[in-house]
Amino acid sequence: MAEFLQFCVSGLTVGAVYALVALGFTIIYNASDVVNFAQGEFVMIGGMATVFLTAAGVPLPLAALIAIAAAMVVGLALHRLAIEPARGASPVTLIIITIGASIFLRGLAQVVFDRQFHSLPSFSGDTPIQFGGAAILPQSFWVLAGAGIIVLALWAFFNRTLLGKAVLATAANRLAARLVGINTSFVVGFSFVVSAAIGAIAGILVTPITLTSYDIGTLLALKGFAAAMLGGMGNPLGAIVGGLAVGLLEAFGAGYLSSTYKDAIAFIVILGVLFVMPGGLFGRASVERV
Amino acid sequence: MLSTEAPLLSVADLTSAYGRIEALHGLSLHVGAREIVALVGGNGAGKTTLLRALSGVQPVTGGRVSFEGADITRASPHARVRAGIAQVPEGRQIFTPLTIEDNLRLGAYLRKDKEIAEDLERVYGLFPVLKERRRNPAGGLSGGQQQMLAIGRALMSRPKLLLLDEPSMGLAPVLVDQVFEIIARLRDTDDVTIFLVEQNAFAALSIADRGYVIETGEIAMSGPGNELLTDDRVREAYLGV
Repeated sequence: MAEFLQFCVSGLTVGAVYALVALGFTIIYNASDVVNFAQGEFVMIGGMATVFLTAAGVPLPLAALIAIAAAMVVGLALHRLAIEPARGASPVTLIIITIGASIFLRGLAQVVFDRQFHSLPSFSGDTPIQFGGAAILPQSFWVLAGAGIIVLALWAFFNRTLLGKAVLATAANRLAARLVGINTSFVVGFSFVVSAAIGAIAGILVTPITLTSYDIGTLLALKGFAAAMLGGMGNPLGAIVGGLAVGLLEAFGAGYLSSTYKDAIAFIVILGVLFVMPGGLFGRASVERV
Repeated sequence: MLSTEAPLLSVADLTSAYGRIEALHGLSLHVGAREIVALVGGNGAGKTTLLRALSGVQPVTGGRVSFEGADITRASPHARVRAGIAQVPEGRQIFTPLTIEDNLRLGAYLRKDKEIAEDLERVYGLFPVLKERRRNPAGGLSGGQQQMLAIGRALMSRPKLLLLDEPSMGLAPVLVDQVFEIIARLRDTDDVTIFLVEQNAFAALSIADRGYVIETGEIAMSGPGNELLTDDRVREAYLGV
């Protein structure tokens, strides 16, 4: 039982990060039909920039804020320099552009930062909290609480603000959004900036547990994408559930079966689910857009 | 204010193309303030292309569009909404997952004034069925109700010029009459100028002060609405009599 609880907590912690990456995919996909494979790089930038700023003597909270701002600037640049000029290109072309951007950002990170693994000190110590026989790292609570706050903030933004509704309107019907005066190009740029901020926050929160390096983005983007597909592409609730599910599958796979194949176990289950439910757990009947 | 001669909207030699296929070949027309003008023509004549070009969501390859004397040929769609042009697009194009009230509220997206709530009540007064279901997703409305929502949404921007693309399409005949009655009334109650595009030439020309007939991207005929209604060529081609 203690073991089970332990796997649950570690699975949910990693899953929360996947959920945030999947949410980043979802926000950009809904606003623009683009699947942004540079989403994992935002997580990397958040963690790496915070590590290097704190090493340079900047206090952690300020370093974190600067890192988030840096990721947002990168997100905006990605939209303005790579996505916007290719407006009207097919989704496949746009996806290839984001893969290119991801490779570029990874290369840039090797130059700006370095090729080592880095960690951050835990925000509130490393003494595990004993709970039902399981030892829970205090940082896990930071990750889970951070993810929870982001989800609530996003919910309030989309349901309570006019700009949030304008983003939903753009996702629902781009032509109609333009006809009521919504600047859809701004909305898409905005969604890149928000997704970048979410990714960076995830990267900062999880670095004390999982470490970070210039190339963590690739696998995170893959896991986040798998989580988004599992939940149903374009569905925010699906992204959260999908992310947590992938994290739990990994933790249980590693704990009960084999840690060597933990990634494979998660992907096999996802393939199995998608085989039966091609739209994902919360998917729409049809995702084809004309 | 405008002098009576200066048209609210004027279009001169407008050309527009989809790739290499030109859809509008130098089209010219004008709409005066507080006029109801109908543009009738068959499928593929370029009616929707023209309205989309007027709203700035369809690229223009040549010619000039001016609104209240200002050149807006290259203006962005949101700049045109701000200037006072609203469109009720073909096929309604409502935001189906959003609530009816959110759809209407987004119609006033660019407005910052304090009278938005007042206008919302006015739209509900015009279309009481929308008020009953204001908290429901707009996708659950029937075709006629969606058309009312699309008109209400466009009115929420307080337009000077309302562009309507096929408001009668897909509606039961009794609803068609109702929708056209509302359109005709808007000019009097809201001081809105109306430019209406229709395949249902009879209904459109009946309420119009003036009409244009469009054929393959060009204006083929123009004149007062009732004259076009009795014109033999129009009757044969578009009224089926």
